[in-house]
Amino acid sequence: MEIINDIRAWYTVVMLVMFLGIVWWAYSGRQKRRFDEAARLPFTEPEHPRGERSPTSNATSGDRP
Amino acid sequence: MDTTETYNYRVVRQFAIMTVVWGVVGLLVGVIIAAQLLWPQLNFDIPWLTYSRLRPLHTNAVIFAFGGSALFATSYYVVQRTCQTRLFSDGLAAFTFWGWNLVIVLAAITLPLGITTSKEYAELEWPIDILITLVWVAYAVVFFGTILKRKVKHIYVANWFYGAFILTVAVLHVVNSAALPVTLTKSYSVYAGAIDAMVQWWYGHNAVGFFLTAGFLGMMYYFVPKQAERPIYSYRLSVVHFWALISTYMWAGPHHLHYTALPDWAQSLGMVFSLILLAPSWGGMINGIMTLSGAWHKLRTDPILRFLIVSLSFYGMSTFEGPMMSIKTVNSLSHYTDWTIGHVHSGALGWVGLVSMGSIYFLIPRLFNREGMYSTRLVELHFWTATIGIVLYIAAMWIAGVMQGLMWRAVNEDGTLTYSFVESLEATYPYYAVRLAGGVLYLFGMLVMAYNVFKTISGATPARAPATQAA
Repeated sequence: MEIINDIRAWYTVVMLVMFLGIVWWAYSGRQKRRFDEAARLPFTEPEHPRGERSPTSNATSGDRP
Repeated sequence: MDTTETYNYRVVRQFAIMTVVWGVVGLLVGVIIAAQLLWPQLNFDIPWLTYSRLRPLHTNAVIFAFGGSALFATSYYVVQRTCQTRLFSDGLAAFTFWGWNLVIVLAAITLPLGITTSKEYAELEWPIDILITLVWVAYAVVFFGTILKRKVKHIYVANWFYGAFILTVAVLHVVNSAALPVTLTKSYSVYAGAIDAMVQWWYGHNAVGFFLTAGFLGMMYYFVPKQAERPIYSYRLSVVHFWALISTYMWAGPHHLHYTALPDWAQSLGMVFSLILLAPSWGGMINGIMTLSGAWHKLRTDPILRFLIVSLSFYGMSTFEGPMMSIKTVNSLSHYTDWTIGHVHSGALGWVGLVSMGSIYFLIPRLFNREGMYSTRLVELHFWTATIGIVLYIAAMWIAGVMQGLMWRAVNEDGTLTYSFVESLEATYPYYAVRLAGGVLYLFGMLVMAYNVFKTISGATPARAPATQAA
């Protein structure tokens, strides 16, 4: 029973350290440029309807019959 | 035929349409059972129409048919657009569509017949459970296969949330549905007693956390930036949001079993983790709403954006209310009352419903090559009827719930109960009427949406493409 409680305590500590690690990693300056790029991902694809021709509009109009 | 450069929008269209169809059906059943609480004669003494059988039909229809279709539609759209590649397999994607809808039809047949495991949100019997597993594995293969063959380096945050939703629901479904079949329509859970209850609510609360939250957060992280035409407020926050949310939700289930045979330590653990959940939930909400920073004026003119942002407000409200209700002393008042029903619906109608409707309004014109929705004024009408409906619904249930809790615990000086149960039921009557009115408004909004979507697709708006073959 004592061993299992030790494991539980250590598990809690490990999880907390992992979480702080993720926060530190996410907010470190090195990720800034990569994240800025990732945040633009929804906008890199051309919009398909609204009258303009785009590579994707073929998919919409030329669907399988 | 299909080429590899283009995307598979066929399956997205199919699921988008079914989101609207199942939305109408699921809400209609909800309105019927809300009316039955007011006028019990409405079951016409037909067993198939009793409240006990229609209630699971309602929950299954709105969660898995309406919500599920919305998740399939948007995840297939988002994963293709942000990975810039076509779905991994068109055949498997089509299988998920037909398979999932077969599951829904089977649910609509078996539940009114009284065929049920009686596990909440997991009522379907074992043959249907096996079909769900097959469909879900196919879904996972299509989704993660698409991510594997992505053309961009980074996996966009929305896909992380969709991915967590797909993986976790697979684990939850398989573990909680483990059962020994006796006949084709009857099985017994492999778990017993308090363990069965704990497994059930580990499943039940994570169905809320991963099906109804993580999946819809994936929706939020794509459609809010798209409709607001600006990137998410903080991408770093979204990364922390993701890991914090998924690692905390897993442990919150025991709060459904406060003051039961579940060991006390497990109840307290569930309460603590539910309280911690407030942080990631609000982090995500703030991230979504602050995306509008500098563009708040868009809310005045864009009803679709309003759907998305108001859904986040309801998300913030219900994720504040939830941790509060998980506190044992609060729960001793709220448990088994209509407060719980009000809480669930502020999340379900407010968050899940509105964010899905906003996303589908975004998708329909794009999927069917139209300039926009047939009528923006009808979108506006839908928004207001839905919002007023939600407010009526949850306010009525809050008051009813607190009142019930207070009446049930009231004792006279000699220790006897002040009120009988029937007295609390009688006092609840007016609130059931208000709740029904709210539900009718919300259903009306959904019907307006169905009409608007139909007119948009059937070509009442200018289009570039030839009249589309509806899915």
